Amino acid sequence: MPQRIFITGLGLISCIGDNVQENLTALLSTRHGIGRLQHVDTLLKDEIPAGEVPHTHEELFTLAGIPCQEGYSRNALLGLIAAAEAHQQARLNHHSELRTGLISATTVGGMDQCEKYYNDFLTNDTRNIYIDAYDCADSTEKIAAHLKVGDFVTTLSTACSSAANALMLGARMIRTGRLDRVLAGGCESLTKFHLNGFNALKILDKKHCKPFDEHRAGINLGEGAAYLVLESEDSVAITGNKAICELIGWGNACEAFHQTASSPDGVGAFLAMKEALKVSGLEPAAIDYINAHGTGTDNNDIAEGNAIERLFGDNVPMVSSTKPFTGHTTSAAGSMESILSIMCLQHNVVWPNLNFSERITGLSFSPVEKLLTGIPVNIVMTNSFGFGGNDTSLIFRK
Amino acid sequence: MAYINGIGIISPQKTAETNEFLSEVMEYTEDYLKCIEPVYRGYIDPVLGRRMSRLIKMGITSAKLCIQDARRNLHDAESTMSDGSCDNPDAIITGTGLGSVEDTEKILGELTREEKFLNPTPFIQSTYNTISSQIAINLRCHGYNATYVHRTFSFESGLLDALMQIEEKMAANVLAGAIDEMTLNHLAITRRIGMWKMEPANNLKLRGNMAPGALAGEGSAYFLLGKEPGPNVYAQLTDVSNQFSQNHDFDTSLFVPRFLEKNGLTPADIDVFLLGINGDPAQDPQYVRVADSLFPATAHGWYKHLCGEYHTATGFGLYTAANILKRQVYPGIINMNDIIPSELKNILIYNHFRNTNHSFMLVQQAGI
Repeated sequence: MPQRIFITGLGLISCIGDNVQENLTALLSTRHGIGRLQHVDTLLKDEIPAGEVPHTHEELFTLAGIPCQEGYSRNALLGLIAAAEAHQQARLNHHSELRTGLISATTVGGMDQCEKYYNDFLTNDTRNIYIDAYDCADSTEKIAAHLKVGDFVTTLSTACSSAANALMLGARMIRTGRLDRVLAGGCESLTKFHLNGFNALKILDKKHCKPFDEHRAGINLGEGAAYLVLESEDSVAITGNKAICELIGWGNACEAFHQTASSPDGVGAFLAMKEALKVSGLEPAAIDYINAHGTGTDNNDIAEGNAIERLFGDNVPMVSSTKPFTGHTTSAAGSMESILSIMCLQHNVVWPNLNFSERITGLSFSPVEKLLTGIPVNIVMTNSFGFGGNDTSLIFRK
Repeated sequence: MAYINGIGIISPQKTAETNEFLSEVMEYTEDYLKCIEPVYRGYIDPVLGRRMSRLIKMGITSAKLCIQDARRNLHDAESTMSDGSCDNPDAIITGTGLGSVEDTEKILGELTREEKFLNPTPFIQSTYNTISSQIAINLRCHGYNATYVHRTFSFESGLLDALMQIEEKMAANVLAGAIDEMTLNHLAITRRIGMWKMEPANNLKLRGNMAPGALAGEGSAYFLLGKEPGPNVYAQLTDVSNQFSQNHDFDTSLFVPRFLEKNGLTPADIDVFLLGINGDPAQDPQYVRVADSLFPATAHGWYKHLCGEYHTATGFGLYTAANILKRQVYPGIINMNDIIPSELKNILIYNHFRNTNHSFMLVQQAGI
């Protein structure tokens, strides 16, 4: 029998909280974190709202528990904070005989510092310490070094599905007997670079985003980090960790359609969800709730909606996008929304899709509008879709 | 374990659109070794190609060359194997340390001058997964698609993923690639932190060039890995391992015998120990230490004088090993210690970056 994969640690920082508990509290009081940018030095700050973690660089050092120093990107600090929380809950510092890996996801890497110092990089030696901090591996290696997790270390980048793919790889490495425990997730800080990039694509909402609404107008970008600890059942028997839930399904497919747009029928989304169900051995009817990718763009929400209808037919489960709470945290979204979905299993709640008022023409379902509490949620699916049609779907069971 | 059934490679050597293997070696005295690029018109619609940056074109083209290469002997009357032939892979995986540097620099340059509305094309192309997804679009492949972006672990992580795909029966054929480019700006920036020699260097006189830093390069190599041997099978990729060593305390003398033993071999079974020696006096001694202590009587080979150093240069290393095993030739240009191997069955590729990122690939003759 293949090893079951248990989740034994969670760590999360976003615009609505510095840790898992603070995020839960915010969600339960339907308090979102979208507002005016304070920390990114951009001309867009008066024009484009975002879900920014409300801390300065210096404050993030304090939260990460390390002295303020040169050479750290905002991304690495966010990653460290969330990874340390998950690491501590699953007590990864014990049982060094277990093989423990770190699989992290990011796309902007250390761009926040690079965009600040690029002219220095080209003309003088004053900011050389940030040259190494620019690539995607830097935050991963800093997390690995600080938390001493290093039996396997790698970094994934598939744009907005990156962290979901990190979790999927972690599960597969446990299944194939290569690792016993994996700290997996993603981190992404807001940068002038990708705020301008998304703005150039004309897919940013100038107001609070409204996914799955007929009059949706685009994305609110966000930032943060989220990590989960995956453990094999053999490992749990050794560590004695309490299983929070189980990761039972994963699927990755590619649209092979267009570099930034989804195909209208959402073929990649459909294939990813279908594959995740196949891996889990479940029928579609078993899914209680889908935490949708639901970015709020014209294109994504209709494509994802069509794919959900195609797969679930007349029995579409409860669906919502939590991006109006956190913003779209791009490479961190997959692990962040996995944790938000897991909270639904833990607390028997379903998160509302804020700002929804009118169903999309052509879709047969509407998202959950109000916070639902006290309802049994046993199995959740979470979707993450990226540029280039890199689509991944995960399934967790109570 | 997977069979290497096809290879498509664009490099500073004449490796694309040829059936030759290092028969003519290119000599350069340059700041970095630049790829010899094919004419892309035959592989990419020129209308689309105009907006595409160089790295994306190299990626798509080497992927297409790889698929073609895997079919090379398919119509050969002698060949009866067809199980491993493949029109379209089940999965596409790319390893790239830096993605499209050219596009990233374009945006940084613009933003640094003045923050105004950007052209979205460089932004899209700067996103690391663009290469894999453009290949998927070109091959119309809806299967698994992933991109690894971890310095010198990038390609090896992709290969490991590919081996797992085959082991898990998620895929029978996986296209896995190693791709990075160099630009003049990036060279200048990374020279500041001592990565490269400050003066142009001769690639064929790299050993003995004691100036600090390595000789930079670039390349794009895609491999079609199959569960079954194809008509043009090169070798089998038996195992891959990444070893992260944050305190530079990784013990190769403990690890290597264990890694080989897991695969039913001892150091004495290795016919060629293929090293990532890159001309950097700060990095090369580690290779020499490992080679001399664990493989004193084995042929030591190297290849980075042919392709230069970059995060995914082991792609050129795997191309070299696969061709040695398929053709049963050991080119003099890669021979480092004048030991001529008596057999060519088992090759171990070893790479390290700053003594922190160590990686190993075990490549064996197909069918043994």
